[in-house]
Amino acid sequence: MAAKRKKNSRTKKVELPEDSDNSSDSKLQNDNLIEQEIDDEEMSDSDGDNPFTDDFLQGDEDEEEKGSDSGDESDSDSDDEDLEVKSRAIDEEREREEEEANAELQLNIKEEPDEFQLPTQKELEEEGQRPPDLPNLQKRIKEIVRILSNFKDLKHDGTKRKDYVDQLKIDLSSYYGYNEFLIGVLVEMFPVVELMELIEAFEKPRPICLRTNTLKTRRRALADVLINRVPIGATPEYMAGHYMLQSASSILPVMALAPQEKEKIVDMAAAPGGKTTYIAALMNNAATEQLSPGIIYANEMKEPRLKSLTANLHRMGVTNSIVCKYDGRELPKVLGVNSVDRVLLDAPCSGTGVISKDESVKASKSTEEIFKCADLQKQLILAAIDVVDATSKTGGYIVYSTCSMMIPENEAVIDYALRKRDVKLVPCGLDFGQPGFIRYREHRFHPSLEKTRRFYPHVHNMDGFFVAKLKKMSNTKPKKDTDAKIQKPNSINKAGEESQQDDGDQNKKENGKKGGVVPENGKKRSPSNHNSGKKRKFPAKKEIPKA
Amino acid sequence: MRPLDENETTQVFEKLYKFVGNNLKNIVESPAHEGPDSSAGRYCFRLQKNKVYYVSESLVKRATNIGRDNLVSLGTCIGKFTKGGKFHLTVQALPLLASNAKHKIWLKPTSEMSFLYGNHVLKGGVEKVTENIVANDGVVVFSMSDVPLGFGIAAHSTQESRKLDPNANVVLHQSDIGEYLRMEDEL
Repeated sequence: MAAKRKKNSRTKKVELPEDSDNSSDSKLQNDNLIEQEIDDEEMSDSDGDNPFTDDFLQGDEDEEEKGSDSGDESDSDSDDEDLEVKSRAIDEEREREEEEANAELQLNIKEEPDEFQLPTQKELEEEGQRPPDLPNLQKRIKEIVRILSNFKDLKHDGTKRKDYVDQLKIDLSSYYGYNEFLIGVLVEMFPVVELMELIEAFEKPRPICLRTNTLKTRRRALADVLINRVPIGATPEYMAGHYMLQSASSILPVMALAPQEKEKIVDMAAAPGGKTTYIAALMNNAATEQLSPGIIYANEMKEPRLKSLTANLHRMGVTNSIVCKYDGRELPKVLGVNSVDRVLLDAPCSGTGVISKDESVKASKSTEEIFKCADLQKQLILAAIDVVDATSKTGGYIVYSTCSMMIPENEAVIDYALRKRDVKLVPCGLDFGQPGFIRYREHRFHPSLEKTRRFYPHVHNMDGFFVAKLKKMSNTKPKKDTDAKIQKPNSINKAGEESQQDDGDQNKKENGKKGGVVPENGKKRSPSNHNSGKKRKFPAKKEIPKA
Repeated sequence: MRPLDENETTQVFEKLYKFVGNNLKNIVESPAHEGPDSSAGRYCFRLQKNKVYYVSESLVKRATNIGRDNLVSLGTCIGKFTKGGKFHLTVQALPLLASNAKHKIWLKPTSEMSFLYGNHVLKGGVEKVTENIVANDGVVVFSMSDVPLGFGIAAHSTQESRKLDPNANVVLHQSDIGEYLRMEDEL
């Protein structure tokens, strides 16, 4: 039946409106019509077709009426001519409707931009005195966004783009509660339509995420138990450490870190422990006797947070951890430089990515705060790099992440690290997520920064986040850019632009392999490998051609 | 961080013995696979700020360069010494106890929550019990799905408990996993 209906619709477009009319007379006539055009077999079935096609075109009242009119008129015999007449009539009707609709549309479009103008100074003053008129604000915001997104066509003559943008900033801050600084930054970072999506996304909370603790249970088993339990924060399974409540974005840096068994890992800002416990779970994998899980140093500077960190570690059954309380910048002295395999630095930041969790961020951030954060982050990342052993057999990686979207805290910090230490950006291993900025206004960052990843609430439905994965190429701390020339002349890697630049580019060695020993330089490097801890051996052993 | 002295070691072992009996040997001598060394070391006990930790040797070695004021925790904390010098097991020891427990008791689903709030176990809430429990033995409490919920002291022996009325205590609560939520600060 379906096939026949299709055939009806394809071959006999005209007939459908007729089919859709409700009068029984015309139905019979329609049947007759159909009969003559299609096979006889279908006679009996077309009865069944008709009610369906009624539903199919129910919305189309005009055509139905038309159809019924023409249906009444038609007689069984002179079909072809009638059909033509009918079809023409219907077409004309349709055209007429379209025209009218278009005309109306045009009218609407024309009306709106003419109506909308930026409020004058007087109007603004008046507004300032009254309590904020939210619906009006919202309407104005929408208008400005629409105009800005199609500026050439829709703008009001005499008003510059900047005026629109300024007014938008003011409206957004009063409607959503942001302070001027933050709104200004966001407006610069995103195109207007995306900005609206982002701000709307910040108003709503992100979905809660649970991570199964593979040390104690398996995902399916846990899912079965939990599916009927509410509330989810206080179930016996939670207390037994079968899962951890954390945001999806917090899981990403650990995935990027990819800790292996038997490695020494440092989590430099570990509280409250969601990421640390995930690291432990990944290292242990199946918690069997055969696997050797390595060590995790969980460091946290603030005392009150330490309690939740230890509690979480014990609750989740992590046995291979050492918790210490240091300022992250002191860790190289304590743990020794070049002593661990991987470091996770989830740096303290301004928190602009998690506005959906903490609304106070909207109004409390300023330029100074951002730069203070950035400063601390730069020092921390250098400390993190120093703690890692570049010659580690399986590691030598640092993952840096923040829950902020600000460029000075993210790309600028990584850029700084690239300049100050011998590290290289590698792909995070996260295929979704937008690449980081390479240039932004007047800043120019190293091109490999496109390997970093940014996550946004309105795109990925998780908190705003930034992740970057660095590999430490050697244990030296170059004072000048001499280390850039350590490579043998033949082994220039594919990224030609990375070689021998003086702009602080340290990404010389293509040490993409986890082995940490470049085959070509292997003979020269391995002696220094065994003398781990003597950083300065490296430049001493090789002649550094100061070209 | 320092190793336990004689007195302290005796106390710890006594308490543990109550719960695990002869499995104590297991605990003390089980090969420790933690730490990046490939050869398995042993486990040992260490004292840090009145808390007793059960750690593998390789972990201990690596923790030595962390200052006394800065070291917060290592391996698994199993209990702490009170000001009066007595040793109490804490809930963090539960995984260790549960895997080596001699005496176990399983609770009905309805009485799980009550135990997790810190109440004692009533006879009416008990689903099944291991045999040969003597009064004052350490007992580990499980849920029906074999999730360890906590531990306590048996109030009566198994024989006697059978004759009790449903509202009598069979296990006196010492510690349960609800403490992770209730008393996070004190852990």
